[in-house]
Amino acid sequence: MPVDVEARVIRNTRLSSDYNVITLAAPEIASSVGPGQFVMVKPGRGHDPLLRRPFSVFEVLRTGGTVEALTLLSKRIGVTTSMLFDAVEGDIVSCLGPLGRAFDVVDPPADAWMVAGGVGLAPFATLAEALIARGTRTTLLYGARSGKELFYLDWFRDRGIRLVLSTEDGTVGDRGRVTVPLERELQLSDRGNEIMIYACGPEPMLEAVAQVAARHGRRSQVSVERVMGCGMGGCYSCVIPVRDARGGQHYVRSCIGGPVFAGADIVWD
Amino acid sequence: MAASGCFGYGVEYADAIDLSTLGAVVSKGLFLAEREGHPPERIVETPAGMLNAIGLQGIGVHRYIKEKLPELRRLGATNVVNICGSTLDEYVELARILSDAEGVDALELNISCPNIKEGGITFGCSLHGTFDVVSAVKKVTRLPVIPKLTPNVTDVASFARAAEDAGADAVSLVNTFLAMAIDVDTRRPKLSNIVGGLSGPAIRPIAIRMVYECRRAVKVPVIGMGGIANATDALEFIIAGAAAVQVGTANFVDPFIWSKLLDGIREYLDRHAIARIGDLVGTIDLTSREKQWISS
Repeated sequence: MPVDVEARVIRNTRLSSDYNVITLAAPEIASSVGPGQFVMVKPGRGHDPLLRRPFSVFEVLRTGGTVEALTLLSKRIGVTTSMLFDAVEGDIVSCLGPLGRAFDVVDPPADAWMVAGGVGLAPFATLAEALIARGTRTTLLYGARSGKELFYLDWFRDRGIRLVLSTEDGTVGDRGRVTVPLERELQLSDRGNEIMIYACGPEPMLEAVAQVAARHGRRSQVSVERVMGCGMGGCYSCVIPVRDARGGQHYVRSCIGGPVFAGADIVWD
Repeated sequence: MAASGCFGYGVEYADAIDLSTLGAVVSKGLFLAEREGHPPERIVETPAGMLNAIGLQGIGVHRYIKEKLPELRRLGATNVVNICGSTLDEYVELARILSDAEGVDALELNISCPNIKEGGITFGCSLHGTFDVVSAVKKVTRLPVIPKLTPNVTDVASFARAAEDAGADAVSLVNTFLAMAIDVDTRRPKLSNIVGGLSGPAIRPIAIRMVYECRRAVKVPVIGMGGIANATDALEFIIAGAAAVQVGTANFVDPFIWSKLLDGIREYLDRHAIARIGDLVGTIDLTSREKQWISS
């Protein structure tokens, strides 16, 4: 059941000139959120911006055993992300959630490969923790425009996650898009062992990852981001074409039917 | 009341709120058949508002009756079903089918959706069309019939009169204002449908004026909506002449708005020593204001 929390900003860490991680005191949401679920966020009370914006929950922060807060990974692009970038400790951010369908978390002996593009890293901290808790071997394939835009590498390394990095300018890891190392790693992978591929990032990347995975006979789960009005299934704005059992396709609301879909189910535009 | 198209079929919100506490759940607009609606982008935010061109994606009346209505009844919702037709016969058929279904409390006639080419608004933009569709539906149902009027006309009060003359039990207004937005970098429209309907706080003053005009033009109840975001906004509509109000866009921002609206309205009634909300309807004070002596 989603709740609406007037969450206080505990911390706001700038990672670069446009990426930030904002820590929000929303324990009610943080304690029940599943990996890949999202919150609808509205900084400020006015009518501009009017609508909330969707954000994957990035980290769940605990002190001892107690869940205290959640964080959001944000990239400054529009009005809301600018407000989140500029927010200071003590500001209030309205936070509605948890919302949407979580990732289906695989167990050993299957391996998990998380494929992140840019700010698409966001859902993979909570997913990594869920995978680690099950003892599933986990790899993060993480691509960005440049090495300066690869964040939280130590966070993942410290948790025993194998990192495979790529940058479009070649400053770190493979030069090119994240599908370059994905293709190579899949060719090298053990055919006998199941690998579940999780992906989040720009939609063309999700399409490419889903196709690469399918070509190698691997299942994929992708977290899509569509323009979303309400997050609750009320407005029908965030639809994405999905295959149905009868061989047809229809628009499914990504807020309640997703944001996580099987890569094979989506009909890419 | 939760406004049509802004609350799914109602069941989507059952985990978050008690649907029986709402005045009514107005369903998403239903045709006889299922519809896919327009491709994304379907919404875009504008100053203090939003444009939408969903294109009435929907499950059709038969699936609504089978899949949604039993759940809505179990949850104690009051159900106003919003119906859309491409032809007059489709409205009549929908009204017939829904009159036989258990748990439907009223019909709202969508003759005002700005986003689809066929039917709908072509009735709502013609006085004869409005009269004909309301009288045809009235002939086949005992349910209260509430045509939802479009603001995209010069004189909305004349449409309220046409609806009343045809036997409407109430009128609801306003649907959204036909509008558009363009991305100046790409020079492309921001909506796939090019044009869409504007809703949200930006339209409220126009909606208030239209409710006020309709209240003076007809005797049947006027249901007001357009940009209500808090109790004060709802009270403004009621004082202008709305016997009930619907909330749409603000529910997207705050799905828990309903209890806040009720608390705010109750607090206002207490503060002004008004016993019943009905006593407030249309009580706009148009007498010339006495000059007050304000000592400084």
